[in-house]
Amino acid sequence: MDQPLSADEIVREVKRAGVRFVVALPDRLTSEHLLKPLLSNPDFRVVQVCKEDEGLSICSGLYAGGERSLLLIQYTGLLDSMNALSRIGVEGQNPVCMMVGLLGKEPGLPPAQSKRYGLRIVAPILEVMGIEHLLIESPLDVSKIAPAIERAYANSMPVALLIGREPR
Amino acid sequence: MMKRDECLKVLARHRKDEVVAAVWKAAHEWIHISPGDLNYTFVGAMGQGASHALGLALARPDKRIIVLDGDGSLLMNLGCLVTIANVAPRNFIHCLCENGIYETNGGVAIPGAGRVSFSGLAREAGYPRVYEFSFLGDWERELGRILKEDGPIFIDLKVEPGEDYPENFRRLYSIEHREAFRRALKNA
Repeated sequence: MDQPLSADEIVREVKRAGVRFVVALPDRLTSEHLLKPLLSNPDFRVVQVCKEDEGLSICSGLYAGGERSLLLIQYTGLLDSMNALSRIGVEGQNPVCMMVGLLGKEPGLPPAQSKRYGLRIVAPILEVMGIEHLLIESPLDVSKIAPAIERAYANSMPVALLIGREPR
Repeated sequence: MMKRDECLKVLARHRKDEVVAAVWKAAHEWIHISPGDLNYTFVGAMGQGASHALGLALARPDKRIIVLDGDGSLLMNLGCLVTIANVAPRNFIHCLCENGIYETNGGVAIPGAGRVSFSGLAREAGYPRVYEFSFLGDWERELGRILKEDGPIFIDLKVEPGEDYPENFRRLYSIEHREAFRRALKNA
């Protein structure tokens, strides 16, 4: 549980899933070791957005145009995007793959047991919405990323990869 | 002031193989005025049309993407102007149907109606080419030339309602039509 998450391995998994576009709004948990290196990674094109729901729509447009993408955001942005996520993601059957930083989550504690209200409600909300979500917190979790993205595209449904600790 | 459907008919006459992403009233009208599988109407949430279109433009840099946006919609997602200008897709044409009201939601005026300059917002956000049209003759005369320019282009169309067209949200958001769009774009 104390082993760090490898940012390089996360990026490799995302690439393995055929993702070429990363749509992002900086999240303190993932900015330093995920987003900043991605900005200069020639395998990816990063599109920076001003608001997270905008990113969700860009990912949907990319899907309609035949490209795979990852939306890299903080959980606060996920909570801010509920209408877009329900209307565009779920009802619109768009496979929006979200990598969501759980900034402030206590290490080793499931998000639903966090002392922070905003973190505690994330997983239950996703469950009510019928959106698959996975906690990515230990090195063993990283190998779940590519299959989860594949499932999202196979089922035309969003998925949330919840990053439980800072990748390094 | 131009009738919106007249304005769209001019665009339809100039349309070749462009993808057109349309929202709300413009979408209801566009699918009758210029039917076809390369019409993207599956935006789903208000304000998001231009952002969907940016995704399309990034996925298919070989195709011209035209957005038919609304002023109330754009106000919900003003940051998209900055995002689009920053990405600067050469194949992106952002048409705003500015009617000054939330036409679908009861006809209430938008905040800042008559005061806010959408073309000013687009210009300051960084769109390199910005146009405004209030007269149909000007729009008809200039459109062919504008469609040949590199984007991103912002065009503020000052419109009012024209003829009535049937509203069919089920059709606009149909998954079947979205899948037909994906297939058509793949083969285009």
